[in-house]
Amino acid sequence: MDYSGSILQTDVMTSLDVEKIRADFPILSQKVHGKDLAFLDNAASSQKPQQVLDATNNYYKTQHANIHRGVYHLSQVATFAYENSRKKIQKFINAASEKEIIFVRGTTEGINLVASSYGKDNVKAGDEIIITHMEHHSNIVPWQMLCKEKDAKLQVVPINDDGEMIFEELEKLISEKTKLIALAHISNSLGTINPVKDVIELAHQHNIPVLLDGAQAVPHEKVDVQELDCDFYTFSSHKVYGPTGIGVLYGKEELLEKMGPYQGGGDMIKSVTFEKTTYNDLPHKFEAGTPDIAGVVGLAVAIDYVESIGYDNIFQHEQELLKCGTEALSQIDGLKIIGTAKNKASVISFDMDGIHPHDIGQFLDNDGIAVRTGHHCTQPVMDRFNVPATTRASFSFYNTKEEIDRLVAGLIKVKEVFS
Amino acid sequence: MMDDLQELYQEVILDHNKSPRNYEVLANHNHFAEGDNPLCGDHIDVYLKVEGNTIKDIAFQGKGCAISKASASLMTSELKGRSLTETKELFEKFHKMVTSEIDETPDMDGLGKLAVLSGVKVFPLRIKCASLAWHTMNAALENNKELISTED
Ligand SMILES: Cc1ncc(COP(=O)(O)O)c(C=O)c1O
Repeated sequence: MDYSGSILQTDVMTSLDVEKIRADFPILSQKVHGKDLAFLDNAASSQKPQQVLDATNNYYKTQHANIHRGVYHLSQVATFAYENSRKKIQKFINAASEKEIIFVRGTTEGINLVASSYGKDNVKAGDEIIITHMEHHSNIVPWQMLCKEKDAKLQVVPINDDGEMIFEELEKLISEKTKLIALAHISNSLGTINPVKDVIELAHQHNIPVLLDGAQAVPHEKVDVQELDCDFYTFSSHKVYGPTGIGVLYGKEELLEKMGPYQGGGDMIKSVTFEKTTYNDLPHKFEAGTPDIAGVVGLAVAIDYVESIGYDNIFQHEQELLKCGTEALSQIDGLKIIGTAKNKASVISFDMDGIHPHDIGQFLDNDGIAVRTGHHCTQPVMDRFNVPATTRASFSFYNTKEEIDRLVAGLIKVKEVFS
Repeated sequence: MMDDLQELYQEVILDHNKSPRNYEVLANHNHFAEGDNPLCGDHIDVYLKVEGNTIKDIAFQGKGCAISKASASLMTSELKGRSLTETKELFEKFHKMVTSEIDETPDMDGLGKLAVLSGVKVFPLRIKCASLAWHTMNAALENNKELISTED
């Protein structure tokens, strides 16, 4: 097969000045094994712009003190920075109130918080929780643990060969026993964008609350929790160009109000005696202990950054990369793309005939190309498609068609070595 | 860098990956164990037929990367007919070879073809791939029926 006439000769036509954007990300200009870094593992975690690095650095340099605890100047500055970031995030996902924005360690903790606090009072023996077959382990295991504890049952909506959830099967699974539906807004290993609005509408007809795992959605598209009408939404800062170790759980106020606390400690209380503790108001009731203040500050700046580029531009550029990448990879003999949903984010998982993803990843690394290899924390998806692992390239707004060309060239080289 | 990669994926390794030796279920085995490397999704079954102090026959089956498959294939080729004492010594030598410091020259005397795997030590993440078969074989000899995991 002749690959010299790559289909990628036409330029990606978007209104993004990618070179200018890349200049904001210091890490992207580094060499790996003597080659330019092509970072194509954004679904696992994305890189940070200088603006975010400066914000966290500046916070520690000039603003740091513990929050909600001191009358002195710095404590007030830090508290203001923290609470102001909460307001920014409230606007960012269009929550009705800042009381609905809870800072957690990440998506994983957001889901665990709901499973633990909501599950404790609302799930009993014989009840059911519904998830889909494409969930990340972090949207499986907390529900499994809850079901085990409560003697409840975990129901799984199957997916089709394209990696799309089978909606009719969800309809069949819903019953009066269903206490919650939890699903990914966008799948990390398949890229599938789920019809979450339809799911929520259906669930609400049966008065079932819905939790959306937004870890993969927030980096790619505008999320409006009121428009979605979801009951819980959670995402991680590190996938949306912010610092690691911080994330957001959104919950509808009326639900959060009724839920018991998640962890006990400082900040989540109003008054404590050895006999009785009165819990603090929302959102503080769910934020025990000193939080990652610098992380929150950095996340707010990351959101500013994303919004300054604009979701329309991001979506357009990433979809163009997805299209180019899909076409180019499909031309490689023996390469099979896993996850071919009609609505997809810029994630391409694939299997190459007889070549293990680890070997592929090792060769690509040598060319400076970073891709994810493995099961992507979605072992049930791997089982569904009968592969032990896949190689996954996931694109951000700072990726280019040249990087896709390099990926394709690298894969052709791997094929030659293993043929 | 390419040199390290070439060192890792030598012809012998590519060959054993493509046509693994002793790749079968050993019908009359008396030792067996399964091994897992959850990080990569690798899985291997190792079968042995031991008579007295000698490995009369050894075979494997499984899914894995080129390094883990080639390592299993080379291991079975090397161990057939060996005494259990020799096997133990080889295991220790092999282990030392793949885990030695980068600037260290390990003693590879008697390792024979197994020496082609010395390249993995430059790639710390791949050491587990190379050792999975050996740990599983060891567990089989101890007749450990439990699943062996590289993550313990
Ligand atoms: C869909 C999805 N859900 C949940 C997670 C877990 O996110 P975190 O590890 O940031 O808590 C991830 C990221 O790995 C993900 O992709």
